[in-house]
Amino acid sequence: MSTLTKRDWASHAAYISPEYKSTVLRGVSRNLVDIDPELSELTGPAYGAEVLGPLDHDLTKNGQVNGEPQGERIVVSGRVLDENGNPVANTLVEVWQANAAGRYVHKADQHDAPLDPNFLGSGRCLTDANGCYRFYTIKPGAYPWGNHPNAWRPNHIHFSLFGASIASRLVTQMYFPGDPLLALDPIYLSVPQGARERMIADFSIDVTEEGFALGYIFDIVLRGVNATPMED
Amino acid sequence: MSLKQTPSQTVGPYFAYGLTAQQYHYPQTQVATGAMANDETLGERIRILGQVFDGQGQRINDAMIELWQANAAGRFNHPVDARESRPLDPAFKGFGRVGTGTTPDNSFRFDTIKPGVAQDGQAPFISVILFMRGLPNHAYTRLYFSDEASLNAEDPVLNKVEAARRDTLIATRHETSTGVEYRFDIHMQGPHETVFFNF
Ligand SMILES: [Fe+2]
Repeated sequence: MSTLTKRDWASHAAYISPEYKSTVLRGVSRNLVDIDPELSELTGPAYGAEVLGPLDHDLTKNGQVNGEPQGERIVVSGRVLDENGNPVANTLVEVWQANAAGRYVHKADQHDAPLDPNFLGSGRCLTDANGCYRFYTIKPGAYPWGNHPNAWRPNHIHFSLFGASIASRLVTQMYFPGDPLLALDPIYLSVPQGARERMIADFSIDVTEEGFALGYIFDIVLRGVNATPMED
Repeated sequence: MSLKQTPSQTVGPYFAYGLTAQQYHYPQTQVATGAMANDETLGERIRILGQVFDGQGQRINDAMIELWQANAAGRFNHPVDARESRPLDPAFKGFGRVGTGTTPDNSFRFDTIKPGVAQDGQAPFISVILFMRGLPNHAYTRLYFSDEASLNAEDPVLNKVEAARRDTLIATRHETSTGVEYRFDIHMQGPHETVFFNF
């Protein structure tokens, strides 16, 4: 029998969270229509090693033109689990972020901070059989945004994951411990207290690589999909 | 159930070089594009075209749309769909991803095939996942086909939707000189607000 846990709305922001201004005209305003999951919801795309380039997991190297990127090297690792605690193996993790100065490579980012010719800021990796992933990058800088006067996004890395089916799809942001901007950030704060803290990585001296990079652990929990193959 | 879901966050305004890099002409690669079918793929070639509108009817230029669908035989390319009677198509994965920031009118375009009926009693449809700045949680909807009126009338999911809102899920078919095109606009709010699902 196939089971699928619901989206746990107590763990997610309201679609319209007025402090985060652009939700007001973009958030879903009417009630979602509940449907029973069918094959279309219990399946989804799977990407494996065939989409990984040799440097995709190392953002400190995959944008190099003529030297090392500026900033503080970090290593981010963690486990992707489902709600039952089972590892989500061989699932794609896509990440993107600003550079150390808080500037995105994106053409629409007009923040007056320098681009880094040796840093692109995106990459991807796969979880292993135990659901573990790891990538290397530069600690992203904070950046201003137009939500309200003197608004700054806390340091963060964007994550995109698939998991077992389209139901477990997740796009989120990883934050850093002790960041004073978290208490002021409407995007972070739009998630209920008690849940939002799950988006903050832990510093780990065990993950830290001596003489090379500070280590952070960011575990991710996806919706539980427990599907039995459907045969004829 | 012992662990709690990691909260969702918006994809933000700057996803393009991370998730849709080739479409936006960044040097990185992307795992999926709007070109979902190739010359070998079985099935009727279709083009899906649409725009995303906010609560004031303004076009949204930084949305990302993903599609997931069965192949022409109604089979999903995934181990949970193990129905041998419906053959897999090695030339069709069934997943596409497009941003709305590279066309002058902020339209998205997918080149794919019309899916077969996946399960008895259903109409053919494509699952749609929507992301954008200002959308804290991705939104799920479905694209049904205007030329399947009799199957649509029986579809159990369409029948869960109040009749006045069903049209928001139905893409309209146009035969053009460059092939079959389905128009599917997404309205986040307003009188034509698209139906979004929870499952
Ligand atoms: Fe960001």
